[in-house]
Amino acid sequence: MTTTSTPPPATAAPRSPEPGRAPRQPKRVGFGQRLNHWDVKVAPYLYISPFFILFVIIGLFPIAYTAVISFMDWDLIRNSGTFVGFDQYAYVLSNPKFWIALRNTFSIFLLSTVPQMILAVFIAAMLDQNIRAKTFWRMGVLVPYVMAPVAVALIFSNMFGDQYGIVNTTLANFGIPPVPWHSDAFASHVAIATMVNFRWTGYNTLILLAAMQAIPRDYYEAAAIDGASKLRQFFAITVPSLRPTLIFVIVTSTIGGLQIFDEPRMYDQYGTGGADSQWLTITLWLYNIGWGEFNFGRAAALAWILFLIILVIGIINLFVTRGLVRDEGTRGAVSKRQQRAAARAARRALTETPAAGKAGQR
Amino acid sequence: MNSRAFRRGAVAVAAFSASAIVLAGCAGSSGGSSSSDPNGEIELTVATFNDFGYTDELFQEYMDENPNVKIVHNKAATSNDARANYFQKLGKTGLADIEAIEVDWLPEVMKYSDLLAPVPADLTDRWLDWKVQAATDPAGNLIGYGTDIGPEGICYRSDLFAAAGLPTDREEVAALFEGDWAKYFEVGQQYTTATGKAFFDSAGGTYQGMINQVEAAYEDPESGEIIATTNPEVKDIYDQVLEASATESAHLGQWSDDWFAGLSNGAFATMLCPGWMLGVISGNAPDVTGWDIANVFPNGGGNWGGSYLTVPANGANVEAAQKLADWLTAPEQQIKAFTAAGTFPSQNEALSDPTLLEATNEYFNNAPVGQILSDRAKAVDVTPFKGEFYFQINDAMQKALTRVEDGTQDAAASWDQWVAEVDALK
Repeated sequence: MTTTSTPPPATAAPRSPEPGRAPRQPKRVGFGQRLNHWDVKVAPYLYISPFFILFVIIGLFPIAYTAVISFMDWDLIRNSGTFVGFDQYAYVLSNPKFWIALRNTFSIFLLSTVPQMILAVFIAAMLDQNIRAKTFWRMGVLVPYVMAPVAVALIFSNMFGDQYGIVNTTLANFGIPPVPWHSDAFASHVAIATMVNFRWTGYNTLILLAAMQAIPRDYYEAAAIDGASKLRQFFAITVPSLRPTLIFVIVTSTIGGLQIFDEPRMYDQYGTGGADSQWLTITLWLYNIGWGEFNFGRAAALAWILFLIILVIGIINLFVTRGLVRDEGTRGAVSKRQQRAAARAARRALTETPAAGKAGQR
Repeated sequence: MNSRAFRRGAVAVAAFSASAIVLAGCAGSSGGSSSSDPNGEIELTVATFNDFGYTDELFQEYMDENPNVKIVHNKAATSNDARANYFQKLGKTGLADIEAIEVDWLPEVMKYSDLLAPVPADLTDRWLDWKVQAATDPAGNLIGYGTDIGPEGICYRSDLFAAAGLPTDREEVAALFEGDWAKYFEVGQQYTTATGKAFFDSAGGTYQGMINQVEAAYEDPESGEIIATTNPEVKDIYDQVLEASATESAHLGQWSDDWFAGLSNGAFATMLCPGWMLGVISGNAPDVTGWDIANVFPNGGGNWGGSYLTVPANGANVEAAQKLADWLTAPEQQIKAFTAAGTFPSQNEALSDPTLLEATNEYFNNAPVGQILSDRAKAVDVTPFKGEFYFQINDAMQKALTRVEDGTQDAAASWDQWVAEVDALK
């Protein structure tokens, strides 16, 4: 407080030329300023607080409570438990079902996410073209997403019936032997992944389409003048520009894919993942332990293991996606340093305003 | 000035909404209206699932007799929904005054029998012995008012029987099946040889009928110890059913889409048939005219399914609820429920009620289903003991059978995997 400069001289105060204002000034302005001060400091937090208060109540608390229960032999009904340390984790990790469920989850996840992403990017690229009745086609891809997942699962599991299902009947017409959809693990994964793809491809397409629309058209014009083909434009302009969106889409569908539940649950009449755990996924097993066996200690331990798996996969995913998508846009004959410099420039160009970006390019 | 006022208002609104949300989180639970006066106005909630045959008229009848009582009926769509709800709230608050439970989850309920109000001792001899025994806890308290039961006969397709050169009249068919399971499978062999088609729906469904006749299949009733994997009776049934299923089963897991299709397209000719299964068959194969039911069951009688009404002990109106549960499961009301939804009564007296005995089923070629199922109920002489792990063991067994049926594993490997799974339960 050494810099207390006093703009109005202290002597000026007693004989102020405006008698009406001077006596009231300290009180009124002081409170108003304080209020103003609070306003600026506190109000933003209050504005965003409803979400965080809700999150603490319905998000953070259950997560923490789950962690507590996972160390216990928990009785839901009597609401009591005995502390058992890491026993529940040990049980889950030593149970062969866990590893089968993990295998199934990843298998279904890969079978659904990879084709879905590729398909979504291509459909989005098609919809990004100058076609007739744009809105109709764009809304059309979203229609499957509107359907309830359980309804999708019901229809598809009927189609994938082993003996009287429409898919096997059709195959039989072409002389192809029926596929054992409910006894072969891989076949069941394909069937479940089909349901997921049916529902989610359109959703991802629309997100990617929105990102594509944001790519400046000048790039394409310039590329077209330079004689680049549509395909070349797609790989050299569209895909690299989609990078942030692709990362977002891939990370969200990774989280969704690892938590897949509705489709395998509805795939057969029991919802327990098949006689030989052919399509038992982690969340399905979690549900069966919790609500089938009422063993909430084990279920909680499994939930935390799943959480950690998703965290690790999510991080790996982020790095891999960054690397892959960055490479797509380069020409190969440049050094790593040049690549990085180019990437930095590109990032700047993207983050700055379009005008500034253009100026920077020149 | 204007904008400052606006900002002040906004702060107030933000603060208010934040605190309102917090308060909303805290409020919301207030005790139910408890009135200790026996003649005071009370509201009783009854929670059931599927269709218990409790119509609005039935409840109205009770409300007319007891003007101070108002009944609210909550109906869950499936017993799974009801089960999840039951165990979420048992021992806490939020359950209805009368909660229906199914025998499928009765063993789990028995673990918490102290949280339920017992049935008054003078009522216990109204029901069939085995119905009472299954819901009696080690302290001797009956915790459920028996509603319906699932006495089993054999449903068969008379048209397919005719094609195979077997008798079609239900009396003759009953005579044909008279005996043990070996006899049943022997007839199956005859049928399969004659037609080349499957005789019964699945190994799992047939196994269920067989295991329900074993007194202590999976757990020792005294100690609760798991004996499933070493019990020769279980192994014997397993071997017997799988040997037969190799040639006689349609390999259609019960309740699968293929199984429902099989009910109407003649994929199999017979099925073990508890009373409630009649509705499943007629509902899913409405165009088939050949289904019929024979008054016989291998090895005597068998029961599959059924329900109870329970009264949570911490409810607001336990006594009034007990009175209503008593009334609902009395013979007259059980007959009304049977008429409304086909739920087969578990009361001794109701079993000889003329309305029941004269009941026929048009779909099953006018079979006297009331008389047949009544006979089948009286033939049940074994109460299978179902302990804490019954469902997990039985579920694993059903999967073991399915693995063999769909060709994933052979019988020996599947058995070994089942043993490993059961061992992991301990």
